[in-house]
Amino acid sequence: MPPSDAPDTEEPQAGEGQPQIVFDKVVKRFGDLTVLDHLDFSVEPGERVTLIGPSGSGKTTILRLLMTLEKITEGHIQVAGEPFSHMRRGSKLVPASEGYLREKRKSIGMVFQQFNLFPNMSVRKNVTEAPVHVLGLPKDEANARAEELLDLVGLGEKIDAHPTQLSGGQQQRVAIARALAMRPDILLLDEVTSALDPELVAGVLDVLRQVAETTDITMLCVTHEMAFARDVSHRVLMFDKGRIAEEGTPEKIFEDPEEERTKAFLSSVLDNGH
Amino acid sequence: MTWDLQFTLDSMPTLLEGLLVTVQVTAMGYLIALSLGLLIAIARRVPVAGSVLHVVMEFVRTTPLVVQLVFVFFLTPPNISGMTVGVVVIGVHYSAYTAEVYRSGIEGVAKGQWEAARALSLPATRTWGAIVLPQAIRKVIPALGNYLISMFKDTPLLIAIGVAELLTRAQQIGSASFRVVEAYTMVGFLFLLVSIPSAIIIRRLERRYAAV
Repeated sequence: MPPSDAPDTEEPQAGEGQPQIVFDKVVKRFGDLTVLDHLDFSVEPGERVTLIGPSGSGKTTILRLLMTLEKITEGHIQVAGEPFSHMRRGSKLVPASEGYLREKRKSIGMVFQQFNLFPNMSVRKNVTEAPVHVLGLPKDEANARAEELLDLVGLGEKIDAHPTQLSGGQQQRVAIARALAMRPDILLLDEVTSALDPELVAGVLDVLRQVAETTDITMLCVTHEMAFARDVSHRVLMFDKGRIAEEGTPEKIFEDPEEERTKAFLSSVLDNGH
Repeated sequence: MTWDLQFTLDSMPTLLEGLLVTVQVTAMGYLIALSLGLLIAIARRVPVAGSVLHVVMEFVRTTPLVVQLVFVFFLTPPNISGMTVGVVVIGVHYSAYTAEVYRSGIEGVAKGQWEAARALSLPATRTWGAIVLPQAIRKVIPALGNYLISMFKDTPLLIAIGVAELLTRAQQIGSASFRVVEAYTMVGFLFLLVSIPSAIIIRRLERRYAAV
């Protein structure tokens, strides 16, 4: 993927206390369609934020921008106090090069709706591939890490199975282990239960609850699982038309939303049996 | 016209030598087609160079192999053997087809696989070598196998540049003895003898890999 085509600009002033993620007037357009419209928000280290909103409101695009699967049209993204969508050249910020992005995104992991496990590799290889070939971990250390994480997600005995031999829920739990094996500071969860049969959802959410309770990983989560969002997140952002319509604690958003759009969205989701 | 069994048997050593050359040309040409085709399929994804390569490969595919053989043979210095020219030309010609086969395999790899590789920050060498190509090639093994048989059946065209493959040998026997039926019949028989088992093996591969 080519580097960001955002224009060269002056570096924005870094704030106090250094948030983990900062979106600064971020615009993302696909052709004529504006998906994110001058979006500003920040996420503190260790914070767990759930993004909700109708489809097409730009939630998934935020995760894909952070994973560098898309490039921004305008604005800046900072991660851990460092420019992310851009890089420093002298006193200027220029669009980040592919090499810069590759280095920066090592601290970010993503779990996809469709799992995206590598079907030509065993579960073990799926989990050890990046630690060995990206972090340079020795094989035995990567193996030990894989065994530990697969135990955590309850699939220790499946380590030598192939993804095709696993259920969707099991595949998604392997995908979570694969992302955690890189010891990311930030974990992006993109509708991770949407492709699962209803009876498999609980197992995946239990694993994520455990990750949330036992680690201080910053989590950004796009989900329609409102009960999960309420249990796990510190903050909920309600998106509509590429902007934040409302934000607050889960209690505030789910029990006492102010915006009509939030109320309408929540009632539509709850009517659908979530 | 009668069938002379003794003549047929006497011709066999010469015909088998020709068959050996045919198999050698096929094996070496196929190695070129497999490796060059893969390189072309990957290079075709590079923006400008890819488009140029596409035009060159279209040219190779839309002109007859026999014309390419004769053209290249008469352009190369005389110290380069017809065998070498034959192997290279047939290999390059078929690489234009195998490249398309690889390309369809690569395009058949789900977008999510590329995205997962990127999300894990895997370097391009691992993304291609460990994830994309193993999945892409597995799917196209039967199609690649069909081109092996097809190439084998095209080797008699090397008669045009005097390579001593099977058909050339049969022609030599025929013109020396004025007995053509035995020699050419045996050519057909020997081709069948190699093609049929190869086709069976390829059908088996097809079943095996289609199941995944």
